[in-house]
Amino acid sequence: MGRAAAGGEPALRIVVVDDSGLRATVLEEGLREAGYEDIHLVPPRGAFVAKIERMAPDVVLMDLGSPSRDTLEEMLAVSRALARPIAMFVDQSDEAMIGAAIDAGVSAYVVDGLRKDRVKPILDLAIRRFNAFARMQAELEEARTALADRKTIDRAKAILMHTRNLAEPEAYALLRSTAMSRNKRIVEVAEALITAHSLLGGQP
Amino acid sequence: MTPISVAFLPLTDSAPLIVARAKGFAEAQGIELGLVRTTSWATLRDRLVYGQVQAAHMLAPLAIAVSLGLSQHRTALSAPFKLNVNGNALVMATEFAAALDPEPAKRVRDPVATAHDFASAIGLHRRKPVIGVVHRFSSHALMLRYWLGYAGVDPDRDVSLRVLPPSLMVEALRLGEIDGFIAGEPWNSVAIAEGLGEIVAAGVNIWRRGVEKVLAMRTDWMEANAGTVDRLLVAVSHAAAWCDDPANRGELALLLEQPDHVGQPAEWISTALSGRLVLRHGDAPADIPDFLLFHREASGFPWRSQALWIYSQLVRWGMVKADAAAERGAAAVFRPDVYRRALGGAGLPMPGASMKVEGALAAPLPVGAHQGALTLGPDRFFDGAVFDPDDIAGYLAALAQSPA
Repeated sequence: MGRAAAGGEPALRIVVVDDSGLRATVLEEGLREAGYEDIHLVPPRGAFVAKIERMAPDVVLMDLGSPSRDTLEEMLAVSRALARPIAMFVDQSDEAMIGAAIDAGVSAYVVDGLRKDRVKPILDLAIRRFNAFARMQAELEEARTALADRKTIDRAKAILMHTRNLAEPEAYALLRSTAMSRNKRIVEVAEALITAHSLLGGQP
Repeated sequence: MTPISVAFLPLTDSAPLIVARAKGFAEAQGIELGLVRTTSWATLRDRLVYGQVQAAHMLAPLAIAVSLGLSQHRTALSAPFKLNVNGNALVMATEFAAALDPEPAKRVRDPVATAHDFASAIGLHRRKPVIGVVHRFSSHALMLRYWLGYAGVDPDRDVSLRVLPPSLMVEALRLGEIDGFIAGEPWNSVAIAEGLGEIVAAGVNIWRRGVEKVLAMRTDWMEANAGTVDRLLVAVSHAAAWCDDPANRGELALLLEQPDHVGQPAEWISTALSGRLVLRHGDAPADIPDFLLFHREASGFPWRSQALWIYSQLVRWGMVKADAAAERGAAAVFRPDVYRRALGGAGLPMPGASMKVEGALAAPLPVGAHQGALTLGPDRFFDGAVFDPDDIAGYLAALAQSPA
């Protein structure tokens, strides 16, 4: 393991530096599925640069939003422990790729002399996984909001059913028609109703 | 409306950009200003270099380093405007500060004596002092090196400089990972308020008019969008004037306090704006005149001699080899010509020259200017050295020989 040769080429040691443990794991899984084995996750805290220095990685993937990027770059600039200098991966022939990496929020540092065709698939994968993670977060947030909205609407329906003696479909229809006529979202009408009800002394 | 995105770090001196948007100065120039909050200089640099933003609130030495190819991908950057002058302070842990003059105000007022005391304190400390700097290519790091160098301290040998983002300095000090740090506000005041350290030196007392952040842009973009650049400079210059007006300090501190901006309590932001800083937890604030300048004395004017001073320091500390092409490249980053073109019509006093001898003014001096009167403030270095941009080699030789 470790640096064993695979397909005639030495295995690449990849270090993932990320504040979000979840995203780092998502990226690690992707890299493993793609056949990379020598992967290390390092959260950017405390003496993390010394740890990376000892690992002597070929590729470092780092969250662009991490405030610790300057600390990492300083190590890459001055470290005498690294046999070969490491610099940000910039493929001049492919500005679009760098743009995509920045949009996705990932930066890649690679050792001097590493061929582009060996780096590109790793960065492509990192971009895809970072984007997928961001989408997943957004969907999760949406689902959370939807759940909270539904609870609010259910409470408002219960108030209407109780105070105006309506059946559930009628209570919902009343909320919906009120929202439509006032150009508001149903959940906003429901919130207003719950607030008003509690002001009037009802049980929230 | 022309959309322009500008990247910034949450620091008090990002004020002119925040105000340009919030107070409508950008809109008045037909610019829809978008602000991109960023937490590392590396990411701010990448966003600018790869075109995600058109301009950035950048450390002046970093703009020069990127142009010289010293910080990742070499890209020609230009700085047609300085966002501020001064604004930094050195905080040391209480334990270290105990070896200096017992009266904090005296330390800050007398940087010569404090530099010598600091040099002695290094030997007394339980370890080689670790001092946080925000970036290798920051005005802060160059100022600290200059100050330590005067007292015979080799900043690469006698202390350990650790790069940390400003927002993590306070935490690192709390955990004892560092013994002090030099950073822009509000982070010094935050450390003081939490009782973790004491302000022992202020940037303004090391170099009376020290270059700090610039408005940096890619040179190719700047050349291709002259009209937009001119309007942006007018907007930011108006905003800087607003920031410099004492009447607006309260409002400005509250504006910067917002989480999208600096995101720290207004109380700790207003200290830099008023130049009244608490140097040690529990003490009454001390007056540090000219702690931070946004606009007066045409402080936005990018003197080429100031870019060359930065270059001279990069040479001094071995970050770049002395070389005529590098010297020209560094000087070319500051663009007084663009400043004049953009702001000449705005009725501002305009310096007649683009270079001056730095550090020669002990008192305010009226100078030759187009339209209106311009008085330059005192710009001395604390050691009295004078920087002649026409003789950088001589300047560096004299610094190397100066008695500690």
